[in-house]
Amino acid sequence: MTGKTDMADNIWEYSMQPTAAQAKTGLRVLLLALSSLFFLFIVAFMGRSQFPDYESLTAAWQPLAKPWALWVNTGLLAFASASLQWARMASRKNQREQSTEGLILAGIFTLAFLVGQVFIWLQLISTGNLVSGNPAYGFFYLLTGLHGLHLVFGLVGWAITSLGIWRGLSFERTSVRIELCATYWHFLLAVWLILFALLTSPPETFEAFAALCGLR
Amino acid sequence: MAYAEDAERQVLHEPKSYWTKYVWSQDHKVIAIQYSLTAITVGLIALVLSGLMRMQLGFPGVLDINASEYYQYMTMHGMIMVIYLLTALFLGGFGNYLIPLMVGARDMVFPYVNMLSYWVYLLSVLILISSFFVPGGPTGAGWTLYPPQAISEGTPGTEWGIILMLVSLIFFIVAATMGGLNYVTTVLQARTHGMTLMRMPLSVWGIFTATILALLAFPALFVSGVMMLLDKTIGTSFFMPEMMSLGTQMSHSGGSPVLFQHLFWFFGHPEVYIVALPAFGIISDIISVHARKIIFGYKMMVWAIVAIGGLSFIVWAHHMYVSGMNPYFGFFFATTTLIIAVPTALKVYNWILTLWQGDIHFTVPMLFALAFILTFLVGGLTGLFLGNVVVDIPLSDTYFVVAHFHMVMGVAPILVIFGAIYHWYPKITGRMLNDTIGKLHFWITFLGTYLIYFPMHYLGIQGMPRRYFSFEGLEFISQSAYILNQFITVVAIIVGISQVLFIYNLIHSFTKGKPSGNNPWKAASLEWCTPDTPPHHGNWGPKLPVVYRGAYDYSIPGLTDDFVSQTSTNASVGIVSDIEGEGS
Repeated sequence: MTGKTDMADNIWEYSMQPTAAQAKTGLRVLLLALSSLFFLFIVAFMGRSQFPDYESLTAAWQPLAKPWALWVNTGLLAFASASLQWARMASRKNQREQSTEGLILAGIFTLAFLVGQVFIWLQLISTGNLVSGNPAYGFFYLLTGLHGLHLVFGLVGWAITSLGIWRGLSFERTSVRIELCATYWHFLLAVWLILFALLTSPPETFEAFAALCGLR
Repeated sequence: MAYAEDAERQVLHEPKSYWTKYVWSQDHKVIAIQYSLTAITVGLIALVLSGLMRMQLGFPGVLDINASEYYQYMTMHGMIMVIYLLTALFLGGFGNYLIPLMVGARDMVFPYVNMLSYWVYLLSVLILISSFFVPGGPTGAGWTLYPPQAISEGTPGTEWGIILMLVSLIFFIVAATMGGLNYVTTVLQARTHGMTLMRMPLSVWGIFTATILALLAFPALFVSGVMMLLDKTIGTSFFMPEMMSLGTQMSHSGGSPVLFQHLFWFFGHPEVYIVALPAFGIISDIISVHARKIIFGYKMMVWAIVAIGGLSFIVWAHHMYVSGMNPYFGFFFATTTLIIAVPTALKVYNWILTLWQGDIHFTVPMLFALAFILTFLVGGLTGLFLGNVVVDIPLSDTYFVVAHFHMVMGVAPILVIFGAIYHWYPKITGRMLNDTIGKLHFWITFLGTYLIYFPMHYLGIQGMPRRYFSFEGLEFISQSAYILNQFITVVAIIVGISQVLFIYNLIHSFTKGKPSGNNPWKAASLEWCTPDTPPHHGNWGPKLPVVYRGAYDYSIPGLTDDFVSQTSTNASVGIVSDIEGEGS
């Protein structure tokens, strides 16, 4: 798109564009902070799960006893991550079209994942398992919500990258953005796998963890 | 270094309009000043609140303050001072101003994010201040915001105050994270030619390490803040136990208040060092410049900063000795707490050894720096008392604790902030601050704070509890304690009002101060080598500076100047022996 909006285009000239190395370091530093954030949420979750009122999400009588929907969503997110990896590898080999396709696919899979998560939320709400109910649900909404929110932030980055391609941004810059997206998505996939494993584990698992950490 | 070459290729345009230059600015120097002015303004509000509290303690009834108001003042005073003043000023203010200049960068690496960081910080401040104007007023839960009382009826501000406080903190954390990304990445990826990590001034090391602590520790406050917000607004029971409040059964059940304490202090203790480490770094620089001596043991100082940063994550539960923890836990945390005294003491020794036989100039920044060493020592020593479980338990929740933490993380960092402002004001404005007013301000502040906090140790040992609104009718409190409280109040009011001198000096010298020139202190570090003072947009002109040595080459024998700038080669100043790369 060449129609210049004076403000937006000028503002960027006041400062240097971050180099690829700077952008990658910046993202790693951000992921460090996010690791701390999710780690502490998980510690809080484990601590709280040791109280007698905690009911496992996958206990036989719970709507998530057979968490097939969570498995489907996990698959979607894994596909999103894989698509970005594909895009990243294609862009390294200078295959522009493949890398764009990978990027677009990743966006679609991510949106599908988010829709899937919302679907699970609605299902839980319809069965009367609200956030203020059992702490297991409180944490389920909280952690999936937080994770989803970070994916939404990721989608903003994804949208900027896609718009850049559409507006004819140099392939070099686009490749860096795709690299950043891929790293971020892999991180969020890893976080999701940990959250999924923990949220669906029986309290005895946390008991073992808690004992290891000296919380019990 | 790839960055420097890139920076020299790109052309920077200086913003022309007032709005892009001074308001929506992406220039680290302007953002630093925005951060600093906001922090100082909100800090003055907290200062007034402390004066109001002291009036109630010294002369109860004179100002007609009720218990709820007292707790609200106390909470807001603590929170503002620790987070919105000290953290914001050290990282957002000094971090922003000094890092790019000291490592030789054009600007922060993500200027747009840096700008957002300030505006989100301002938003968090506005949300916090707005809680004074909502029904029920600000929260009075104490700055630690412990549940269940923080969100149960009976505590002031449970209607809106606590919600605004938590939301404000969440915004603050977002702002601090955006700033932190910049500070860390700039240090790692935007240093100029020849600026190795071990040639960076200790100020940068202190701010850099503190920023990493902030990035790792603030999430703990975020987690506890979000969960408490949910407990308050939609009735989850993360922290709230089953309880009766004012005769009615509350809807919560089964939550764990101690979990909150762990999370809070997992943030709260590193927070002490988020404030202290930049102070350590800045003080090292000020002492070296004004004693005209190389900093003693530069590498040791760097590793001490890093070690303190690491250790600060495994001492948090020493704030919770009276929470009913397992005695073995107490033993562990007492041990780690005492271990942290080792690298800290090492730093104090190195400052003293830097001063030893130095050519000490008693300038205003140096006076503040010396006062800091003394104050930090006093505050640190009482920390040894409180770090031991058996001594802490009787002293817990007394004025001894108040005296300790005000000395070590109230007065000490504030002295550094004053020293640093007197030291770098010439670089920021091109003018010197008035020396006479500066000295007057120093002596009133320095002596005054000792007169305020020394007696509090005594009050604490007497058993005077902190957080009490009124001591009337308490028989275990001796008559002398009341008199002492009046004395403390009088001094506190004097010290508080004397800060007008500082504000006046800042404003007056901005236009009327003596022009400073580029390097009034004859300092060796890079920020004094800018082609212009105050530095222009982009800091360095077309070429970035080339660094050949560390930031502390003072009083080298046989040279005409008593300092060697970081940009000088050995040959250019006539040094024969090779001292480059010594980390000097």
